[in-house]
Amino acid sequence: MLELDQVTKSFGSRVVLQPTSLSVRPGTTTVLIGPSGCGKSTLLRMMIGLIQPDGGTIRFQGEEFTAANQLALRHRIGYVIQDGGLFPHLSAFDNVALLATHLGREAPWIRSRVDELTQLVRLPPESLSRFPAQLSGGQRQRLGIMRALMLDPPLVLLDEPMGALDPLVRFDLQNDLRDIFRTLQKTVVLVTHDMAEAGFFGDEVALLGQGRIVQRGTLKDLLNSPADEFVTRFIQAQRLVGNDE
Amino acid sequence: MQSFRQFLTLISLTLFLVTTGLADDNQPVVRVGSKAFTESVVLGELLEHLITDAGGKAQHLAELGGTQICWKALSSGDIDCYVEYTGTIQQEILKGELIRGDESMREALAVRGVVMSRHLGFNNTYALGMPEELAAKLHIRTISDLVASPELSHLKMRFSDEFIERADGWRGLRKEYGFPEIAERGIDHSLAYRGLLSGSHQVTDVFTTDAEIRLYNIRVLEDDHGYFPLYQAVLLSRSDLATRAPRVAASLQRMEHLIDNPTMIDLNAKAKLDRIDESKVAAGFLRERLKLEITVAGEGRSARFAQTAGRMLNNLHQHLLLVIVSLAAAIVVAVPLGVISYCRPRLGRVVLNTVGIIQTLPAMAVLVFTIPILGLGAWPAIFALFLYSLLPIVRNTYTGLSDIPGNLRESAIVLGLSDFARLRLIELPLASTSILAGIKTAAVINVGTATIGALVGAGGFGQPILTGIRLDDFNLILQGAIPSAVLAVIVQAGFGFAERWLVPAGLRASES
Repeated sequence: MLELDQVTKSFGSRVVLQPTSLSVRPGTTTVLIGPSGCGKSTLLRMMIGLIQPDGGTIRFQGEEFTAANQLALRHRIGYVIQDGGLFPHLSAFDNVALLATHLGREAPWIRSRVDELTQLVRLPPESLSRFPAQLSGGQRQRLGIMRALMLDPPLVLLDEPMGALDPLVRFDLQNDLRDIFRTLQKTVVLVTHDMAEAGFFGDEVALLGQGRIVQRGTLKDLLNSPADEFVTRFIQAQRLVGNDE
Repeated sequence: MQSFRQFLTLISLTLFLVTTGLADDNQPVVRVGSKAFTESVVLGELLEHLITDAGGKAQHLAELGGTQICWKALSSGDIDCYVEYTGTIQQEILKGELIRGDESMREALAVRGVVMSRHLGFNNTYALGMPEELAAKLHIRTISDLVASPELSHLKMRFSDEFIERADGWRGLRKEYGFPEIAERGIDHSLAYRGLLSGSHQVTDVFTTDAEIRLYNIRVLEDDHGYFPLYQAVLLSRSDLATRAPRVAASLQRMEHLIDNPTMIDLNAKAKLDRIDESKVAAGFLRERLKLEITVAGEGRSARFAQTAGRMLNNLHQHLLLVIVSLAAAIVVAVPLGVISYCRPRLGRVVLNTVGIIQTLPAMAVLVFTIPILGLGAWPAIFALFLYSLLPIVRNTYTGLSDIPGNLRESAIVLGLSDFARLRLIELPLASTSILAGIKTAAVINVGTATIGALVGAGGFGQPILTGIRLDDFNLILQGAIPSAVLAVIVQAGFGFAERWLVPAGLRASES
């Protein structure tokens, strides 16, 4: 589905990503985790062409990003950021429908697709006519997910989608999201710094530190056999229940 | 530019033909210019009467904004003649050229296609004045008499700011005649006369044809060293006038040696102090002196202002025309410029700096430069207002786009919207509040600045202001200033309503 081969990135003299390879298999959820500045967000943003790698290649469904195909590729990738990234001048409905309308989809199709997604993400239907500023944080995030799923993309990328939510709202949304991705058989890459969230979502967890992937595996692998001192300390710092000293 | 000029000429010609009902009565149209002070307007009216008397169709473009504007209008054929002063020709029109005497000046002007008449007979220059009674008592007739007077130390001298500043003013005069030093405290020119009357000072600078010389009975001291430059009045006319309208050109020659200083003072006094309309003052003079039969139809120029609501409506109409056309053009140009500045930051810096510099150009300079291309009337004023509207709109468009939060810009990119679609669907709507605020700023500034239209014959609320200043008529000034201020407030409020239509509801919701 998604192949990253020896990609690197520096901003000026600061190396943010050492040569890194990562393969994401269809239908799985991969979680990128690590402390701030470890390069996990950079890696995710490369996957949708927001950042160009200095070296190495990225293939999505066999295609590399070029100026010519990047719009078409992005239409096949859903992307969710913190707080939804909704456009304040558009109603909730228009936010979700924006791209489909722009691409010339029929209004009835759009209507029924939005209804379908509204049920899927369990958004109160009356909020569709509101503006983002009139919605709660959790509702905005659900809308962001609807917008990402609108054209039924095979791949969904999420950049700390639940970072701004309070714990109870986050708990509900995490449950719903995992169900949605499983039901729809989506390939998912999720960035977080929360180990518990990583374990909850991830078939596979990649722990990054200082611009490289330090360890890959299931959460259990990381907990039971940390690759080095950094992994151990990162896990300890999370104070996972049952992991207290 | 040439073809644009032709296009405008074509339009004005068409309008002219339509408005005159395709009338062709073999009357050559001769246009007269005058500057925004009473003497010039009176002389303009004199010319107008002489043209009419010689069978021409006279148009008087009165109260133009100064020497440069009159000169450019004459050069470009927007006016055919106006009265100028030799000192001004030397210092402003032929600046930097070596001119010795009238003949050399006449030749230099001829090269530029302009004919200079012989002197009209009066010399409007600086002089020193003092109350007639006092001067007689002290036997002071000339400036040398004043310097030599034993009473000099008891005489207080106060001069206008301009006279103190000018190279050919007080400083040079003091050196030339050997005046002792005095405190150089400036005073308003019109107040200086009242000061003479009240006795707060005894000597001041005057212009030799000021109406107040008669009113306050002031003796103008003879400049026996010939220090002050001569400002002999002459008629400047286009050299093609003699072929185009020979009878008119011949008639205008009657102006030569027609008006001496006391006569000009008298005419100025009638217009400015007695508040007789300039047209009537001029007609009365011509009837008396040249035995011309002139009838002044209805009310004259300044009376028309003072009186009617119709005139106010006309001013409003002209004013709105200036504001609306210039603002519309500015929106069409400035919004795309703001967008380009945002999309291409390096080019954007050039654009923003350029419109910033444009903003600092003095209005008068812009008008003077554009008259040769756009002629007199509304167009040069519209062009100037257009230029001044660019900065607020370009800057606010640029700022509005640049201030869009990074996460929203990225959200639009990752959706897979093209650059143009992003601009149209996301970025411009998000920047709309800021863009509209820029347009509002430009509009409000425009309403105030449009008063410069009067300087180039475009009318508007500047016209009564200009006439009011010229005649010291506060009422007339208010007739321009109040409507213009009210209009600015209305425009401001109007944009409040426009915001409801133009700014997306979601942006207003998030603000509240």
